[in-house]
Amino acid sequence: MLSFVLKRFISMLITLWVIVTVTFFLMHAVPGSPFEREGKALNPTVEKNLMALYNLDKPLAVQYVSYLKSLVQFELGPSIIRSPETVNDMIGRSFPVSAKLGFFSLLFSVIAGIALGVVAALRHNKLIDYVATIISVIGIAVPNFVVAALLIKYFAVEWKLFPAATWGTWKHIVLPALALSFGPMAIIARFTRANMLDVLTQEYIETAKAKGLHPAVVILKHALRNSLLPVITLLGSLIANVLTGSFVIEKIFAIPGMGKYFVDSIYNRDYTVIMGTTVFYSTLLIILMFLVDIVYGIIDPRIKLYKKEG
Amino acid sequence: MAVSNDLFVPMNKENMHADTIVRPRLSYWQGAWLRLRQNKLAIAALVIIVLMALLAIFGSVLTPYSYSEQSLLQKNQPPSAEHWFGTDDLGRDMFARIWYGAKISLFIGLMAALIDLCIGVIYGGISGYFGGKVDNVMMRIVDILYGIPYLLMVILLMVVMGSGLTTIIVALSATGWIGMARTVRAQVLQLKTSEYVLAARTMGAKVPYIIRKHLLPNTLGIIIVQVTFSVPSAIFAEAFLSFLGLGVQPPLASWGVMANDGIPVILSGHWWRLFYPAFFISITMLAFNILGDGLRDAFDPRQRR
Amino acid sequence: MEKLLQVEDLHVSFKTHGGEVKAVRGVSFSLEKGETLAIVGESGCGKSVTARSIMRLIPEHVGKITKGKILFNGTDLVTLPEKEMRGLRGSQISMIFQDAMTSLNPTISIGEQIMEGIVRHQKLSRAEAKAQALEMLQLVGIANPERRLKQYLHEFSGGMRQRIMIAIALVCKPSILIADEPTTALDVTIQAQIIDLFKTIQQKTGVSIVIITHDLGVVAKIANKVNVMYAGQVVEAGTVREIFYQPQHPYTKGLLESMPRLDLDRDTPLAPIPGSPPDLFAPPAGCAFAARCQYALEVCRNHQPAYSSLGTTHQVACWLQDPRAQTVYPLQAAK
Repeated sequence: MLSFVLKRFISMLITLWVIVTVTFFLMHAVPGSPFEREGKALNPTVEKNLMALYNLDKPLAVQYVSYLKSLVQFELGPSIIRSPETVNDMIGRSFPVSAKLGFFSLLFSVIAGIALGVVAALRHNKLIDYVATIISVIGIAVPNFVVAALLIKYFAVEWKLFPAATWGTWKHIVLPALALSFGPMAIIARFTRANMLDVLTQEYIETAKAKGLHPAVVILKHALRNSLLPVITLLGSLIANVLTGSFVIEKIFAIPGMGKYFVDSIYNRDYTVIMGTTVFYSTLLIILMFLVDIVYGIIDPRIKLYKKEG
Repeated sequence: MAVSNDLFVPMNKENMHADTIVRPRLSYWQGAWLRLRQNKLAIAALVIIVLMALLAIFGSVLTPYSYSEQSLLQKNQPPSAEHWFGTDDLGRDMFARIWYGAKISLFIGLMAALIDLCIGVIYGGISGYFGGKVDNVMMRIVDILYGIPYLLMVILLMVVMGSGLTTIIVALSATGWIGMARTVRAQVLQLKTSEYVLAARTMGAKVPYIIRKHLLPNTLGIIIVQVTFSVPSAIFAEAFLSFLGLGVQPPLASWGVMANDGIPVILSGHWWRLFYPAFFISITMLAFNILGDGLRDAFDPRQRR
Repeated sequence: MEKLLQVEDLHVSFKTHGGEVKAVRGVSFSLEKGETLAIVGESGCGKSVTARSIMRLIPEHVGKITKGKILFNGTDLVTLPEKEMRGLRGSQISMIFQDAMTSLNPTISIGEQIMEGIVRHQKLSRAEAKAQALEMLQLVGIANPERRLKQYLHEFSGGMRQRIMIAIALVCKPSILIADEPTTALDVTIQAQIIDLFKTIQQKTGVSIVIITHDLGVVAKIANKVNVMYAGQVVEAGTVREIFYQPQHPYTKGLLESMPRLDLDRDTPLAPIPGSPPDLFAPPAGCAFAARCQYALEVCRNHQPAYSSLGTTHQVACWLQDPRAQTVYPLQAAK
């Protein structure tokens, strides 16, 4: 177990280093000066001063090393457009907002997805199974910006149940969280249903029945547990899904989260912010995926067996 | 029970064949096709995809308008006999634009899937076939790349390379081949150690024969399934990039770009601007996903779902 | 001896896409206290379905007992409400399955899986349940039971897993143990150990055993009585001695002849039964074995043979027992 954790940890560090390096060199491969706006070059002296200020006049290797150094100290660099704000300032301000939104959408998608999947499996080939399947198919096929637009049109504009945009009270969270959770919910529901159907045909379910256990006990204790454990492995990619989804959703709902800043920085070509945010996002995702793997290894007793056989 | 005495004679068994096999023999591909054909949903999906492809190619013939022709007198028209899907804010015919967008979106999806296919199959095939050290090194690389959040990298590539049809395809396939490589490698590795390949070897079959007769046919199914799933994910990713302003640039128009243009105007009641592109993105996604599921079941009858 | 279990004219059908499969077609037998009954036959002959019917564990919505009675201590299990049936399962009648690897839950500790039955049926505290579980593990021959209780399935070897299955089945001291191919998935040496374990346990607890198998070696070692099943029917029933030394039905003879034996000259070829069993979508009108039977008569084609008794314990359903068949195959019928 310990060597497994160590191995995973080292490979995580290498992945991070690859991401940081690729990001750094990609950003520096951008043609033209980062201070160029719509083709208009700055006054050469001003530009020279700015280059010096951001260390852009040094050789690439020196810049790379100093960038790595600052990363290790969790310094993600300045914003070129919103100077004197730094990427750290922006993340500090907007990350709690995004985290809150992400947490609620993930929570909702996990609860609703599992419920939908389990009910569909238990009522296999009944009406509710088809309804659940249709919902999950729509969740996979419809882009989240379309879901968001429809939610705004009906729940905010026509029925005036929730505010259409911005951030503040709990009411502001509902629509964006729903829009964001639709896709992950569908994925979880599909996965849970397939797992549950598979588990229900396993012989140990038969054994549990042969012990005279109540059907509810058979399902809750023996079937549900074993079909939900693998859902944990999905969490990594779901978090990634929610994260990239948040770019779109935060922009549409004008939520002052990281996603919105990231998209704005892409529109404005604010290279240091793009670079800093990408590194931050990647680190966050990779650490979360690492944790998910470790947690799964701890709580599923079968994992050791798989390691041995696979 | 009265039973006639003359029945006590040895039975004439001429017409009794205890174990004649009446079912016709089917090849692997015939069996897969038969199973796919029984899956009505998958066949419907296949028909939709073919229809969509035909309309993408020939859709422009059905309307007198072109996708780029502007008409300020005709702007923001709801769907009518004149303009079947309405017009946009520059008075361009949405019907013509949808099929033009179909061409772009499907092209992106197909090209990205094809490039994934080529790189992934070669990489995964080499890794799986040679095994050992080669496999170890190649898979370490893939594992590290796999950990990279793929859409973030696509965004980064697009920012650097500038948006455009080619860059989108390059950016999508720069990260997309990894899934294919893993799938192919796992399958080849499993087949290589399977008993029937071992049996073929003990009977002295040559390597090209084993690849042609055993490895290729048995990997093809899984590759086809994987391709079916990578087309919609490329289309989806393109729509996502369009939203970030990184999609194809005018005068080109993909479904993603059109849907994105339709979002702000939905509040002013111009629903058709969002509805049609969103509808066709969803239908295409749906069709490819259902077909993919159907193909997976058809190629692997043991796997029920 | 008293009759513990009596199965009368049991019919079980399954609904499939193609139609109704009649898996069990009129099976009758009885089981007495402390006795071991073996049900033998080829795959798909309905032996497992018969066993599962006693537990009422045939798949809901698909399988159905269409006719017949299963009397357990005089109570008909076929019509018993599900709630009362659950009270019997695991406490009065227990079942173990072929492959312990897939029949035990991989994510719940072995101790918990043994104890949940006790807690359910005997309403004991967890401490008392644990004491019983420990005692049971010892009985089935697992060393270090205290430590083993906390372990998971994958930490045990194949034979150990089967022992745990047996412990789970016996922990509530049932009067009947149904074992569905309990040794098929095991190595030969382990098979012998498990068979011995069955015998020991039977001596200690007096449990009656119904063992389902296609392995005649197992039958010879453990059973008192044997039912030979073919295509959903019992074609011959008798004591082990009768079945092995005076087999009457051509199918029983075929089964015995297709088994390798050490006491015969090694040049004597094995005699496999040609062909395969009939499709139970549409069972033949007459004797189901007729198509594969080298002694088949015209009468076998459309008429079901009735049971003829050869002594109190030995019964066979075959037209060759009819006096009129003597003229055709005198040797066969006389032997």
